[in-house]
Amino acid sequence: MRERYFSQHRRRTREFESYVAGAGGRLLHAATLLTAELPDDNPRARRLLTAALAETYARWDRLRGEDPYDRTRQELAARFARGAWRYHRPAIPGLPRPHADHGLLARLTPQERLILVLRLHEGVAEEQTAALVGLPADRVRAICTRAIATMRSTPPTPPAPAAPAPGVAT
Amino acid sequence: MRTPDRKTAEVRHLLEGGPHPAVPAELAAQAAELGLRMLHRRRVVRRTLWLLLAVAVIVFLVWASIAQPWVAPPSTVTPPVDGL
Repeated sequence: MRERYFSQHRRRTREFESYVAGAGGRLLHAATLLTAELPDDNPRARRLLTAALAETYARWDRLRGEDPYDRTRQELAARFARGAWRYHRPAIPGLPRPHADHGLLARLTPQERLILVLRLHEGVAEEQTAALVGLPADRVRAICTRAIATMRSTPPTPPAPAAPAPGVAT
Repeated sequence: MRTPDRKTAEVRHLLEGGPHPAVPAELAAQAAELGLRMLHRRRVVRRTLWLLLAVAVIVFLVWASIAQPWVAPPSTVTPPVDGL
């Protein structure tokens, strides 16, 4: 009985590790896009992904043929949506926001980021995205269109928000 | 004039391109550890709830067998007897 438990545990851990080795890079990129952090400084994205992967691990034996990647993505989206207010607080004057506001999608709201990443980066169908986000499909389409317009209207390199003196800008 | 598809592809390219974050080596191990803890915690919660349910059922059965609420209490009002 105990032996069976341990062999099952070992098998699960082995399968899970090979899954993370394969999908980890793409998932971490998606998480970093969501939190709008820089690729080399993304503690929130890492925390988010670790929690989503942990949930996937906890359900590993009950996936029953479901794609673990779908499961992790769903968990990532749900956790991001739940904690979005933490990523959306207004900047406090005098306090730097070290990990936010610098990433690629920093100009978008968390909701726009979530929908854009799900639709374009992950290629999730509109109806599924709507179900994940909890909005009607036409709202999802409208938000996605708006996000695309915002992304195209501003230059790809994030501008410095406070417009520092020329020559000081990074 | 650019079609919406073209714009979508442009932004998709923007998302896909750019530097990708490096995956920390301990990611899988950390997630597995956290997931194992979740699994244990859930099992403890589930067992506690089942235990609580079992105790509640036993308490109810003992009480019911002692109190026997389905037995009608003996009538304290005797109807008047006449015609005998």
